[in-house]
Amino acid sequence: MAVLKDATAIVGIGQTPFAKQLPATERALACRAILAALDDAGIAPDEVDALASYTMEETDEVEVAKALGLGDLTFFSKVGYGGGGSCATVAHLAAAIATGQATVGVAWRSRKRGSGPRPWKNTTVQLPTPAQWTRPYGLLRPADEIAMLARRHMHEYGTTRDHLFNVALACRNRANQNPAAIMYERPLTREMYMNSRWISEPLCLFDNCLETDGALACVVVSAERARDCRRTPVYVHSAAQGLPAQHHGMVNYWNDDPLTGPAWTAARHLWKHADLTPDDIDVAQIYDAFTALIPLSLEGYGFCARGEGGAFTEGGALETGGRLPVNTSGGGLSEAYVHGFNLITEGVRQLRGTSTAQVPEAAACLVTAGEGVPTSALLLRN
Amino acid sequence: MLTPVVDDDGAPFWEYAARGELRVQACADCGEFRFPPRPCCPHCRSFAAEWRRVSGRGRIWSYVRPHPPLLPDYAEQAPYHVVLVELADAPRIRLVGNLVSGPGARLDSVPAERIRIGARVQVVFTSTGLPQWVLERP
Ligand SMILES: [Zn+2]
Repeated sequence: MAVLKDATAIVGIGQTPFAKQLPATERALACRAILAALDDAGIAPDEVDALASYTMEETDEVEVAKALGLGDLTFFSKVGYGGGGSCATVAHLAAAIATGQATVGVAWRSRKRGSGPRPWKNTTVQLPTPAQWTRPYGLLRPADEIAMLARRHMHEYGTTRDHLFNVALACRNRANQNPAAIMYERPLTREMYMNSRWISEPLCLFDNCLETDGALACVVVSAERARDCRRTPVYVHSAAQGLPAQHHGMVNYWNDDPLTGPAWTAARHLWKHADLTPDDIDVAQIYDAFTALIPLSLEGYGFCARGEGGAFTEGGALETGGRLPVNTSGGGLSEAYVHGFNLITEGVRQLRGTSTAQVPEAAACLVTAGEGVPTSALLLRN
Repeated sequence: MLTPVVDDDGAPFWEYAARGELRVQACADCGEFRFPPRPCCPHCRSFAAEWRRVSGRGRIWSYVRPHPPLLPDYAEQAPYHVVLVELADAPRIRLVGNLVSGPGARLDSVPAERIRIGARVQVVFTSTGLPQWVLERP
């Protein structure tokens, strides 16, 4: 891992607008985001020789490369498990570039879930295992699966709905500062939160992310090459994936310890190969498909002890000026839910000093991917 | 309602359930229970498995109450209880199921105030062989 430490940098980011419904296809949105990221970096499309995305990305490398006139590709990679793959796309490119398999990499995610279908609504598709153990009982949606862990966390550790509200509020407050966010200029109050409809008790409407149409991309090159780019390089200081022993995906109920999820595994590797500790992190972008994932991740990544993830959110800790400002663009809960790729681009903006909710002199940012599924994480620094 | 889409490893569970028996896969060499079923024992890597009958008693480890939007059959009975039951005979085995007032009862047949983590439950089976759970002290 010493090979990877600061050996590569993110030098370009790009995105389309975010909306409930965009007329363009996923493929067209992907192309626009990638071109925007390359333009941001000041790198020509025909210099790209590596691509990485998610297995759930439907615009494949062949389509992207031929539509955008990319060069000969010598590395391409796809990462599984939905939102667990976000940070790993960058990690795969960083590894490829650091080891000489490629020179200019692009990672991207394009998604139309705001206007597209919900897989759990489809009754005609045969449900794969482990669905046979859960779906017949009406445990149908990701919200139901995570609510089971949230309820147990509340029972064991005294985590409350107010703690989850703290998470939702911090994300919403930052989105209110971000004109690109779907929830720009739409404030949230405790009363709105507590009176909102249930989705899956103990999770309510505002505990759930926004299904969104949109695409994002970023460009990764070697640290050496990065010095000649248009923007301040944001270095990939450490990267990790995490799939713990005896893990079961969204339904980790059969693990000996279901409340220690993939974050714990990714975190051990991430910190082991870093010059930084959780105390050195100025700002964090933590995967938030559901509010309840944030207390679990705060524990997993070592910002607090086990069981203290709920209490950590008290006293404005997650807000600007707090102990650990999180999801400063609004995150999946209030900017856009695009499988967490917006958390990577926001991490880059924070370290460039260009966030709409800038943490003064931010020098180190943790970005995480989906907790609850095999995951990934990045430590970024400037 | 959704019915289990059974795979090769899981088939014996459903065959026993259809006869009103709750059985869990265990290693025939080292004896460790495992769930969900799979071809190889993660403890000793043996491929020899057996299906051991359990008492069907357990405790609620956690639960959720889904509300619509849901598939129509489920929305019609929402909010209902989905429970995760830790088996008395095999505490690390936890089964997802529904807490109901009796075999085959509606999914919303137990009032919300009756349910709590730690409550003792007992398995029952629907006419189609789906395991469900009732409170030991209703
Ligand atoms: Zn064994």
